[in-house]
Amino acid sequence: MSATKSSTKNAARRAKWDKYVASLKYAKYVLFHPFDGFWDLTHEKRGSFAAATTFLLLFLVTRVLQLMYTNFQFINAPLQYINVFEQAASLLLPFLILCLANWSMTTLFDGKGRFSDIYIAMCYALVPYTMIQLPMVFISNFLSFDEYAFYTVLGSFSVVWSVFLVFIGLMQVHDYSPGKTMVFLVVTVVGALIIIFLLLVFFSLLGDAASFFISLYREIAFRLY
Amino acid sequence: MKVMHRLLALIMTVFMLASMTTALAVDDAYPSTYTYNYDYWSDIRESPDAYRVEKVIYSKDLGLDVAMKKPQSLFVRNNDIYVADTGNNRILQIRRNGSSYELFRVIDQIQGTEVTTFNTPTDVFVDVNENIYIADTNNGRVVMVDKDLNFIQQLTKPTDATFDQSLSFLPAKIVVDVSGRVFVLATNVNKGLAKFEADGSFTGFIGANKVSYNFAEYIWKNYFMTKAQREQQASFVPTEYRNIYIDPESFIYATNVSFSEYDLLWDVAQPIRRLNGIGNDILIKNDRYPPIGDLYWLEGSVLKGPSKLVDITVLENDIYVVIDQTRGRIFGYDSQGVMLWAFGTSGSREGAFNSAISIEHMGNDLFVLDQNGGAITAFTPTEYGQMIYDATDSYLKGDYDGSALLWEEVLTHNANYNLAFIGIGRSLMRQEKYEEAMDYFKMANDRENYGRAFRFYRKEMVEANILWIVVVLALVLIVPIALGKVKKMRMEVETHERNKVQH
Repeated sequence: MSATKSSTKNAARRAKWDKYVASLKYAKYVLFHPFDGFWDLTHEKRGSFAAATTFLLLFLVTRVLQLMYTNFQFINAPLQYINVFEQAASLLLPFLILCLANWSMTTLFDGKGRFSDIYIAMCYALVPYTMIQLPMVFISNFLSFDEYAFYTVLGSFSVVWSVFLVFIGLMQVHDYSPGKTMVFLVVTVVGALIIIFLLLVFFSLLGDAASFFISLYREIAFRLY
Repeated sequence: MKVMHRLLALIMTVFMLASMTTALAVDDAYPSTYTYNYDYWSDIRESPDAYRVEKVIYSKDLGLDVAMKKPQSLFVRNNDIYVADTGNNRILQIRRNGSSYELFRVIDQIQGTEVTTFNTPTDVFVDVNENIYIADTNNGRVVMVDKDLNFIQQLTKPTDATFDQSLSFLPAKIVVDVSGRVFVLATNVNKGLAKFEADGSFTGFIGANKVSYNFAEYIWKNYFMTKAQREQQASFVPTEYRNIYIDPESFIYATNVSFSEYDLLWDVAQPIRRLNGIGNDILIKNDRYPPIGDLYWLEGSVLKGPSKLVDITVLENDIYVVIDQTRGRIFGYDSQGVMLWAFGTSGSREGAFNSAISIEHMGNDLFVLDQNGGAITAFTPTEYGQMIYDATDSYLKGDYDGSALLWEEVLTHNANYNLAFIGIGRSLMRQEKYEEAMDYFKMANDRENYGRAFRFYRKEMVEANILWIVVVLALVLIVPIALGKVKKMRMEVETHERNKVQH
């Protein structure tokens, strides 16, 4: 009895793992067939949250490695001031805020995507950047200053590809027309700014409130003793 | 507590996000030592003193019965220092003898012309034949006398149409090139430097400042201001130079103090210029930052605004030295526009200035004139300062290895000296020690030279390990193909076997 139970458990785990690997591999299809790929990614559940998060983490790791290990000639980073966690956070937070802003805006204007759909699609859209830039970190160490053009062309190619995927991804996830997607890209940025503004206001008010209570406590403590 | 920490962290992140820029720790503009330099990240690096005060020369040391009054300019020819003692309408000639300075003569009168005295002379120039040129400002002339003060000729207001006849001719600064051409920087004239040929004829202006205004300003002024407002505002006119200096190759160095300070770091303002024969700026700027004096300044204090470079002097080997009147600082730059050192401060103690107005050099010694105190401070290079000069000199002469040795010596005094790293790197590169050269260039953040060394290094590496590279490449290319073949064959065998069983 217990043997079968553990074997079913194993099988379930196995199935889960297979699904994860399959969804990782599916990124390849998304890259080269973005219209089909993004549609199936969310509507047919070909992608998974775990795979998406993997891609996002890989993206963050790439950015950090880029700062640390790109050939000295191609990068001008004041390493003595850089904190890798800060760098990673400064990419992760805008990414999440943009996803959130996109969801909050599109959900009001009959976008079909749920938040997790948007998140998954956006993470898959980051794959070209990671795929090209990560090897470039290594390759850059064999290039000299004169071959800078090669480095920048590949770099910008990866960015263009990723941006293109973001566009197609959002279009397919929400089932929007290209024009509407374009409009909502702008709206998303505005939404993100509003979110940041609200966060700032919230935290500064919170800080004021906290300092008020702290000074109140100090005042009372001072009077009593 | 933990929650509070997390909250704080979150707040910090949000703030960071809001600013959206990489926060760099930047020092304020006030170094705690006398001598400093800027590093690649434009942070202030304290440095050993490059110059020390040799002597401060006061009026009483010279035995003058009337003290210097608002002197405006210094000039050095051979061992003589000439001072335009503007407030007293005279020129002082001070002779240097080793470390003693003696008043040689007071020039307050000349012979052989109608007006024999001066009225606020603001500048003096002496050519190689010891003919003396004096910018006799309020007499509206530049007067030229021989060394015995006999009148030779004078330059007065040009009658040429290019000179606005409604203005009076107020020569403020003068330089004379090797062929006797006189360049006059006149007050109220913004067309550049007035050029007079050796025979005294006016031949036009050179090197006018370009008119600069920004687009928004232009739109605002032309479409939104009333006519009355427009008339009240200053019109867009080029600014005047503050001071000029002519180097032995007859290039004129000019400084400029009127610009908007935001133009400085983008190198629009160009406070220091090197003008060629037709008045174009050909100053070399190969450093990360243009030569503008201090890179940072605080607002709101007494000493505010960017460096006000009131005078410039050029040493041999094209090292130029400028003086900032605001903070009493002296900045030295090499011919590539790289800052060598900066030192000085404002104040009344030795080596500090109240209101520095002019700088000159005799060999590598510097003289700074303070108009308020009426004193001349003589600086002489320290061992460290001299070493920087020697290293630069031997590099220019082509003695690269000798210069590298000197740079090593400089590094023992100051381990933050970028030029030294570059100098050593260059020498190592010539000795074909590319890997070490790369290290030095990297320390100086010199990407261009690093790239050069790197190319050689890479070539060397490839040549040394060509066998391994071929082997690895072959493995990478051949192994997957071979594996694919094997897989395919196995598949064929398996299907064949399966088919056999089914039959």
